[in-house]
Amino acid sequence: MRIGDHDWSLDAIGRHRWRGRMEPGRLLALARAVKDEGGQLVALWGTDDRRDGAGFGIHAAFLTSAGLAWVSSALAADAPAYPDLAHIFPQADRMQRATYDLLGIRAEGAVDERKWLRHNAWAEDEFPLRKDHAFRPAVSPRGPEAYPFIRVEGDGVHEIAVGPIHAGTIEPGHFRFSVIGDRILKLEARLGYAHKGIEKRFEGMDLATGARLAGRVSGDSHSAFAWAYCMAVETAAAATVPGRALWLRALFLEIERVANHLGDLGYLGNDVGLAFGFAQFWRLKEDWMRMTASLFGHRYLFDRIVPGGVAVDIDDAGRAELDALARRIGAEARELKAVYDEHPTLQDRFADTGVCRPELAAQLGLTGLAGRASAQAWDARTQFPQTPYDELDVSMATQRRGDVLARAEVRFAEVHESLRLISDILARLPAGPVHAPLEPVRAACEGLGWVEGWRGEVVVAVRIAADGTLDRVHPHDPSWQNWPLLEMGVLGNIVPDFPLVNKSFNLSYSGTDL
Amino acid sequence: MAATLILRKIFKTGFVSEPAPHADAALRTREQALHAEILKVFGQAVAIRHVDAGSCNGCELEIHAVNGPHYNIDGMGVKFAASPRHADVLLVTGPVSRNMEASLKRAYDAMPEPRWVVAMGECACSGGMFGESYASCGKVANVIPVDVEIPGCPPTPVALLQGILAAVSAGRPHAAG
Repeated sequence: MRIGDHDWSLDAIGRHRWRGRMEPGRLLALARAVKDEGGQLVALWGTDDRRDGAGFGIHAAFLTSAGLAWVSSALAADAPAYPDLAHIFPQADRMQRATYDLLGIRAEGAVDERKWLRHNAWAEDEFPLRKDHAFRPAVSPRGPEAYPFIRVEGDGVHEIAVGPIHAGTIEPGHFRFSVIGDRILKLEARLGYAHKGIEKRFEGMDLATGARLAGRVSGDSHSAFAWAYCMAVETAAAATVPGRALWLRALFLEIERVANHLGDLGYLGNDVGLAFGFAQFWRLKEDWMRMTASLFGHRYLFDRIVPGGVAVDIDDAGRAELDALARRIGAEARELKAVYDEHPTLQDRFADTGVCRPELAAQLGLTGLAGRASAQAWDARTQFPQTPYDELDVSMATQRRGDVLARAEVRFAEVHESLRLISDILARLPAGPVHAPLEPVRAACEGLGWVEGWRGEVVVAVRIAADGTLDRVHPHDPSWQNWPLLEMGVLGNIVPDFPLVNKSFNLSYSGTDL
Repeated sequence: MAATLILRKIFKTGFVSEPAPHADAALRTREQALHAEILKVFGQAVAIRHVDAGSCNGCELEIHAVNGPHYNIDGMGVKFAASPRHADVLLVTGPVSRNMEASLKRAYDAMPEPRWVVAMGECACSGGMFGESYASCGKVANVIPVDVEIPGCPPTPVALLQGILAAVSAGRPHAAG
């Protein structure tokens, strides 16, 4: 595969997905070449390969003009290190720090070496994701942990500390605002509170149970993670999935996208005092969830995507019902869009609030829905489609403003596009089985899955051991890239607008805390 | 004019919380039963403080849903409070991550008595898929006393309301400590 004027000798592992191994120095050169052609770093993680007689491994997934490239470098068993990538792709910063906390693999030359996922649940010299790490039950409840926030100093500057428990129903995380009056000078997030050891938990699991766990990395993106995981496993096992199953997976993914966008549009209204918007969109969302439950047996489609296919089918009556509801919700969402467009207070609060300009978005790697609202025109369903998206002709929604209004506009556009896709999928659903059991895995193998979830691209890398159990799974949520942009987007805004800006991104805590 | 559009939409929508064409009849009976029970126990209202102690955010989706117009919890006297100091019920989701252990205990300690703890979802009840590990304390009862456990992944809004009722109608809250 060529990037720039160089052939990086990567092998195709499924459509639009590439695999390569190289020296750490060459990895750095590849990162520069990807950056030069306008690509991005999507994910970065580590592995403990010492049981295979090797040392550690560092892995990166790059978004390139040819698709997603998964590149690895072997590192020493003693004091493993690789060259810092954050000076090329700033979004690598927290991923590198998390990789150190979990595996003790250091990014050499990194500017920020503060801990990230480690609070005080394990010691500084303990690395829980190493294979030889022995879990010692916690000695006693520990007090609040200390973290060196970057201080802003000067006359009249003060700090507002929020979280990890927030006033509303929000996931746990800490936000440290430095303000003058009501104006935000700096925001620094401290996450990791929801770290529950997901990656360690995968180890030794059978493939079917792994799909259930993958779907619970971030519950609101269940279908995206479950599909990406299954795509990775099926690639590794060289399995063929029935066509109808793939179309049903896309149906589930679009149902999930519509559900989340409807909920967010309601909350965005609520956050500017338009309770009408909340009531209306949450009425539509509840109708949607009840339909999902009645057709597929679960309001959020949990555990419906399984290795080898899907666990549930839809009949003709169900197709007609879902299609009718999709059309009604589309019509009602248009009526509500007219209200949002006409509402002066809402427009005033949405416009020019929480701005991420396209240049900054490109520089820092803003991705997914928020990226598209800042002119980052990437959508895997459009540019690098897997079946059935290659036959669906997905229209990508983009905006240039990069503010709350733009992120709301992208959601409105995507609701309608997803509803159109749902009707299209229901009309063209191929006949046939919805599941084909996987052949037992008899040799170590690996695979990568890549799905455009409602928030952005979800990537899951999987390594299966020779006994057919999971050896290492790394699930990646797009919130990794986007959290730092939230911090930039609120600069110069007033503190009371933070909830609105935060909701307009609606990033996952669990998905990145792992 | 936005106001005209809003009023038109409101009149067109009608009341979804009352007997409505799409509403499940069985559901409504339960909602009304819950209403009467809560009034009997509290004479007025019950305030809930939610703490996500490490959930996957699936349970949070249903807490949001229960605040929607179909369920009319405000009308039933159920309110979500911004502080544990204003709460009768602590609603906890997720396995308790070790990074949230101290914060959860402090929220519990901040509540006035009588107080009830409701563990919502498979993870809060048993540790769920995440279990106990270097990063997870497992179920909520491993960290603070629990009065009611609502299973489900995630529990439906109706199951959630029934669980909250089960807590406040049990009669014997935990003593301090």
